[in-house]
Amino acid sequence: MDLFNNLALGFGVAFTLQNLMYAFIGCLLGTLIGVLPGIGPLATIAMLLPATYALPPVAALIMLAGIYYGAQYGGSTTAILVNLPGESSSVVTVIDGYQMARQGRAGPALAAAGLGSFFAGCVGTLILAAFAAPLTELAFKFGPAEYFSLMILGLIGAVVLASGSLLKAVAMIVLGLLLGMVGTDVNSGVARFSFDVAELTDGIGFIVIAMGVFGYGEIISNLSKPESEREVFTASVTGLMPTKEDFKNMVPAVLRGTALGSLLVILPGGGAVMAAFAAYTLEKKTKLRPGEVPFGKGNIRGVAAPEAANNAGSQTSFIPLLTLGIPPNAVMALMVGAMTIHNIQPGPQVMTSNPELFWGLVASMWIGNLMLVVLNLPLIGIWIKLLSVPYRWLFPSIVLFCAIGVYSTNNNTFDIWMVAIFGVIGYLFIKLGTEPAPLLLGFILGPMMEEYLRRALLLSRGDWSVFVTRPLSAGLLAASLVLLALVLLPSVKAKREEAFVEE
Amino acid sequence: MNIKSQKDFFSGLMFMAAGLAFAWGASGYPIGKGARMGPGYFPLVLGVLLALLGALITFRAMVVNAVDGDKVGRFAWKPLVFIIAANLVFGAALGGLPSIGLPSLGLIVGIFALTFIASNAGEEFKFKEVTILATILAALSYAAFILLLKLQLPVWPAFVTA
Repeated sequence: MDLFNNLALGFGVAFTLQNLMYAFIGCLLGTLIGVLPGIGPLATIAMLLPATYALPPVAALIMLAGIYYGAQYGGSTTAILVNLPGESSSVVTVIDGYQMARQGRAGPALAAAGLGSFFAGCVGTLILAAFAAPLTELAFKFGPAEYFSLMILGLIGAVVLASGSLLKAVAMIVLGLLLGMVGTDVNSGVARFSFDVAELTDGIGFIVIAMGVFGYGEIISNLSKPESEREVFTASVTGLMPTKEDFKNMVPAVLRGTALGSLLVILPGGGAVMAAFAAYTLEKKTKLRPGEVPFGKGNIRGVAAPEAANNAGSQTSFIPLLTLGIPPNAVMALMVGAMTIHNIQPGPQVMTSNPELFWGLVASMWIGNLMLVVLNLPLIGIWIKLLSVPYRWLFPSIVLFCAIGVYSTNNNTFDIWMVAIFGVIGYLFIKLGTEPAPLLLGFILGPMMEEYLRRALLLSRGDWSVFVTRPLSAGLLAASLVLLALVLLPSVKAKREEAFVEE
Repeated sequence: MNIKSQKDFFSGLMFMAAGLAFAWGASGYPIGKGARMGPGYFPLVLGVLLALLGALITFRAMVVNAVDGDKVGRFAWKPLVFIIAANLVFGAALGGLPSIGLPSLGLIVGIFALTFIASNAGEEFKFKEVTILATILAALSYAAFILLLKLQLPVWPAFVTA
């Protein structure tokens, strides 16, 4: 079996002492930063990215994957203990998780989240390994027209599944695409929108945007809320292990969540969010066993299922990135940026030209998941201590790490001025109720989209019908239309709003 | 005419302004044709699209009812100003400002400046506590970024090391 040969190759790479260590450090750092309230995986990865600059590419990617999982896990911890969802996909975890914490059952809730995520991660890794090869085959059949249509599908998928106003999300994507245009145009050498600033001819750094909008913007917004609104349940975490009864309830929920998560992320875009919502809804529909706590009152299934679905989703969202080179969400867009820094162009060629890197990364994802369980369940006490650190000590530290991270990317103060501008813009976005994640996705995809559009139209001699006459491209565009039509249907629209409002 | 959703109204205006600005900027570059796109083609199309989307959002904000008028609310000027200022001062301390003759003051000075300015953004400011925090951060950063990760940052003021 090819699958096993490939995985064996991957584990061979990942199981070196050095790479295991980087996976470990990544998970540890990711959790450490991710557990801080108000810092989602995006800001965590952006903040920690500079720490990987000096590493060899394989080690750097392994560490980044570790950071990603750590950040997500840290986010769930915060969600359960502080009632603060660090990211949109843990919004549902908050509902029952926080209730469990209030009843002094934070330990079992955290264990359920961890074990559920681990199981889902294992399944996700297998799916990734199984689908990667055939999808890569398919990717080599893609011409520029197909890539362009695929990006349209990806972007539409991202907004359709995002929360909040559809129109505003689309506008944010377009704004992101436009920001991606800043800098020297590769075809003509014209420096676009650079205002004669030498640094701008290289374009705006994606770290600058990520840190400004997600780091500083969030901090300013957090500081504008009174501190008393935050309530932490730290003292009451005692027993960690779920009871036998808990396990009985948990296992089927985890299975259902994993299945749903793996299925739904085949949709491009914010699959993980939708998967978590769908998993929670499914659990609510299944009958309560006698003596079980109702949902919304601290039911362990309400934690286990969405977390499993969420993690299955985050695992499989690597598929489009690694096989097609197209990031399905903002976190993966950051990964593209990280890979480019290490001179790896994400896409189908990674698997063929650099199999060690590809399979090593896949294997280390599994190791990362394992480490999270081994590392985090015993260490939960420490993470909880971290949560009780007052925010007035935390936020200056976050500001500092962002500033150092931004500066060290290019060793240039210009980036620090830029991040200040984007910090203000980020706060403005929050005040105006516009979700910033689509902006980052658009920003990364902008130059790629333009390039593929140009090439497609060059090959067709300016004939726009090329996007619908090539069957693969037409299929992808049709899928985007269906997706768009689906959300705009009144019945679905009402359901979607209900799903995102319901808490 | 009254605004039904303030947030949407102003974000629509923001998108319109940004779209028009980009479209206007793009029109200054060679546009080209579909088969041979100039550097202005794609940004022009996107700019116009963004302006249209902005107009649509603004229009909807005046027609569709929203809960409580969806107010933008007060701007948190204090955290905004102090956080951004802390960041700017840190940048100036690290890189120096040649235009006004400020030499590079290095990482350690920068960390103290950043911590003291940023801490003003919070609800309370205790001098002793902030001093301790800044010292810890400086020591940690030195260990992590200079010793461990070997980042190329100026640590001490330029006139001390020179």
